[in-house]
Amino acid sequence: MALNKATKILPALLESPKEYICLMRLHGDVEDSRLLEVVREFIGPIYQRPPLRSSVKRRLRIRRIYYIEVLEKDGKDVLLRIGCERGTYIRKLCVDIGEVLGVGAHMQELRRTKVGPFKEDESLVTLHDLVDAYKLWREEGVEKCIREVVQPVEKAVEHLPKMVIRDSAVDAICHGAYLAVPGILRLEGGIKSGDTVAILTQKGELVAIARALMRSEEILMAEKGLAAKPLRVIMEPGTYPPLWKSKGLGKVN
Amino acid sequence: MEERPIYIKAEEESNPEYGKPPEERSIEELLRYGVINLDKPPGPTSHEVVAWIKRALGVRKAGHGGTLEPL
Repeated sequence: MALNKATKILPALLESPKEYICLMRLHGDVEDSRLLEVVREFIGPIYQRPPLRSSVKRRLRIRRIYYIEVLEKDGKDVLLRIGCERGTYIRKLCVDIGEVLGVGAHMQELRRTKVGPFKEDESLVTLHDLVDAYKLWREEGVEKCIREVVQPVEKAVEHLPKMVIRDSAVDAICHGAYLAVPGILRLEGGIKSGDTVAILTQKGELVAIARALMRSEEILMAEKGLAAKPLRVIMEPGTYPPLWKSKGLGKVN
Repeated sequence: MEERPIYIKAEEESNPEYGKPPEERSIEELLRYGVINLDKPPGPTSHEVVAWIKRALGVRKAGHGGTLEPL
């Protein structure tokens, strides 16, 4: 859940990788070794046609499976941990695994355990925790609990590659300007053109979520050019001074 | 998540007069720029839970980052 300004990061979260724990029911007996062998075949890109009851167009599409672990097998019940690209249908995946095994299978239960940087085990809070923490702060001024349940928006972009920019470039980005190469101080390797990236200040504040227009290595070597296009600006303009307006005064990046 | 190398292009001091590290935000600021990893109760829809939290915390905007496909 995201509050106020932080709601702008939600589209980036939707396109992030997901992890599920899924209970698959086999329709016949299968040797453990055979199961492991078949499950392994599904790691990598797979073809899927969205099911009849789905919210997207039903055309064949490619989804990447990052990992599948067989956690437990009890007769015909198989517990799987699956890391996959957004938009992967796990119900479909179970049916397809069953088909390759030759006995058939279906999905019995499903639980999402990870969305981008958010995991099920750590930092998960209940509605009660949240309301108690809020009241404790509101009524008694206790900050500790609310700080434990509400995390800075930066947590939601932990999984994105980052670009750290100069103070002087911050306000222009807040107004929606493209990020130019000279404004960048540090960046992570492995960024490709078209990737979603997080633009941060040196103090670690999230300025915007952006689409990279150059590769990491190109940015590193270049002296000018546009490196990223803001998709969502999170920081409010005026947080940093608008140095970019001072034409001819001081150094303009 | 894989480890990515960090490339340093230039060095510069950040001016302490503006901006601040995320962990130094006041609670009001934290609520403006905050995320919650919520264990949604079964029962109400995500939409209902969001509406409820908006009222309880008195925030103007809130949203959720997706739910499971209906079983």
